[in-house]
Amino acid sequence: MAKSPEEEHPVKALGWAATDTSGHLSPFNFSRRETGDEDVRFKVLYCGICHSDLHSIKNEWGIATYPMVPGHEIVGEVTEVGSKVEKVKVGDKVGVGCMVGACHSCDNCVDNLENYCPKLLLTYNSIYTDGTITYGGYSDHMIANEHYIIKFPDNMPLDAGAPLLCAGITVYSPLKYFGLAEPGKHVGIVGLGGLGHVAVKFAKAFGAKVTVISTSPSKKNEALEHLGADLFLVSRDPDQMQAAVGTMDGIIDTVSAAHPILPLISLLKSHGKLVMVGAPEKPLELPVFPLIIGRKTVAGSGIGGMKETQEMIDFAAKHNIKADIEVISMDYVNTAMERLAKADVRYRFVIDIGNTLAATKP
Amino acid sequence: MARSPEEEHPQKAFGWAARDNSGTLSPFNFSRRDNGEDDVTIKILYCGVCHSDLHSAKNDWGFTSYPVVPGHEIVGAVTAVGNNVNKFKVDDKVGVGVFVDSCKKCDCCHQGLENYCPQMILTYNSFSLDGTKTYGGYSDIIVVDQNYVLRIPDNMPLDAGAPLLCAGITVYSPMIYYGMNQPGKHLGVAGLGGLGHVAVKIGKAFGMKVTVISTSPKKESEAIDRLGADSFLVSTDPAKFKAAIGTMDYIIDTIAAVHALAPLLSLLNVNGKLVTVGLPEKPLELPIFPLVIGRRLIGGSNVGGIKEMQEMLDFCAKHNITADIELIRIDELNEAMERLAKSDVRYRFVIDVGNSLSK
Repeated sequence: MAKSPEEEHPVKALGWAATDTSGHLSPFNFSRRETGDEDVRFKVLYCGICHSDLHSIKNEWGIATYPMVPGHEIVGEVTEVGSKVEKVKVGDKVGVGCMVGACHSCDNCVDNLENYCPKLLLTYNSIYTDGTITYGGYSDHMIANEHYIIKFPDNMPLDAGAPLLCAGITVYSPLKYFGLAEPGKHVGIVGLGGLGHVAVKFAKAFGAKVTVISTSPSKKNEALEHLGADLFLVSRDPDQMQAAVGTMDGIIDTVSAAHPILPLISLLKSHGKLVMVGAPEKPLELPVFPLIIGRKTVAGSGIGGMKETQEMIDFAAKHNIKADIEVISMDYVNTAMERLAKADVRYRFVIDIGNTLAATKP
Repeated sequence: MARSPEEEHPQKAFGWAARDNSGTLSPFNFSRRDNGEDDVTIKILYCGVCHSDLHSAKNDWGFTSYPVVPGHEIVGAVTAVGNNVNKFKVDDKVGVGVFVDSCKKCDCCHQGLENYCPQMILTYNSFSLDGTKTYGGYSDIIVVDQNYVLRIPDNMPLDAGAPLLCAGITVYSPMIYYGMNQPGKHLGVAGLGGLGHVAVKIGKAFGMKVTVISTSPKKESEAIDRLGADSFLVSTDPAKFKAAIGTMDYIIDTIAAVHALAPLLSLLNVNGKLVTVGLPEKPLELPIFPLVIGRRLIGGSNVGGIKEMQEMLDFCAKHNITADIELIRIDELNEAMERLAKSDVRYRFVIDVGNSLSK
């Protein structure tokens, strides 16, 4: 007989969950497992709101199990470690991103690409190895196997660093894999939101020339003055687009709404790469000629493995890269979701779990 | 005042051309330039019939300039060489592929990627620097800069080797560029026609496991017994298709018609690559999720540079790879085009120009 979320596990937990496809979040009592030999338990201080959280709570991808506690940009302070844990100790600042388990034996796992393991376990809305559903970071504490714990560098602020655990690795990984993380490369970034703004910062830190490609002329100042992009291109302006044809080595496309990719493909130099990291639900139109004539590629990329995520955090700390955030209280989360749906945030909401969750206990 | 095709250049030439978008080909008098210092004049012996020739003859892609003399799988014998020519001599057996010139100055040209030069001149239906139109290999002679001419290896039959000059390089180049040449890896070949059958042979020569993906169950015996593929997947058989999901490292997609990409992408493993070399007239539908979830990639490729073409010919000669052809006379050309439109050929028509083209 299935136990209730509160009774499934021995350690009581408090979070906010969505209970149906309206996506409305509310306080939720549940429980977490005891600290196993290889586990790290930490008090959650901050959790970033990723657009995937919004997609998930509304079941836009059709795979939701309710009640769902979202959140996979989780940062906190270690309160307990299992007997075999060597990576961190009590009091350390740590993070957990999108994954909490994988098979560890397939080729991908062996290559530090757990994110591509067919048995990947997600931080929320997955069935863990003990058969229970995983609950994410909109909660008071978190437990994860040591392998999936990220050590937070001392000089990285916890709140503004949290979004790097998903948004950061999502753009860092393809910049490296597709050869765009090099001085002198010209990288286009499509979309200036949670992913896009971090992509600009990383690409600049790698020494690339960066062009932000956006539908909103109003973001130009932000892009150039505040984020340090070199150029700004309004995709709805045919003259600007024409002038930029054949100039970019690669483009990171962070836009998850449906949009035409032919104009983006034409911005690429020959042998250029368009990398999709936003995931529109419906197929896009792919004109084949331009790919063939210029030996261009369209690829996708999804987060990154644990080794690379740690590398990314360390790189970000060294180069002073963090997300631009709006810190909110737990009970603001539904309003935040509504604003996120309209892209009304610069550029990530981060929930101040540590200071505002406890007061919401039902 | 523009001169007629017959008077444009000093050397008389004769070929077959299409004059309108019916695509019907018929005898055509025209002319070729004098053999310049860097040029080689070639008496054409054979010319492969590429599906692109059919597309061009009918103006399927919208940029045909009539009259068009198609043909870019050209094999023949050298009859004259210019003063600067050091790569060839009279009587050499040579080939010409899809392009006959490029700017020679850009990064692409310097890297042996003349096929990606923005000023590449195609063997037919292009305009040379002197403003005259290029005419292809359905003709008796052609004059080409030595830097765009290939040497046909001694042990390669001229007729069955001709299709390698387009079909061969079209699959060989991306197989190298995208890493689809590693022994033991699993390659899917979608479409079993002129391009596909050569891809199977080259894939096997690289030591890969090769699965042919086709809509026609009757090609199975061909694919496995004659071409040497390891397995055959009928894309309309749901159960077999399901079993093949996520099993391929690479797919080379040679299908020229509009077709669904989603099922092909599902066959790819994580980090898998699908390379498209067929040229459908309309855009395809590309689902993004499979790309993101599995870091998969879809790329294009367009023939290959001259150095790589020579490398490909030498590789094929070493591994005894040629195209499977049906030799035709020039007067059978229109009928061949009709059959090609229905994919009724195993797997390339080759025109016996030397023996059948006469005024």
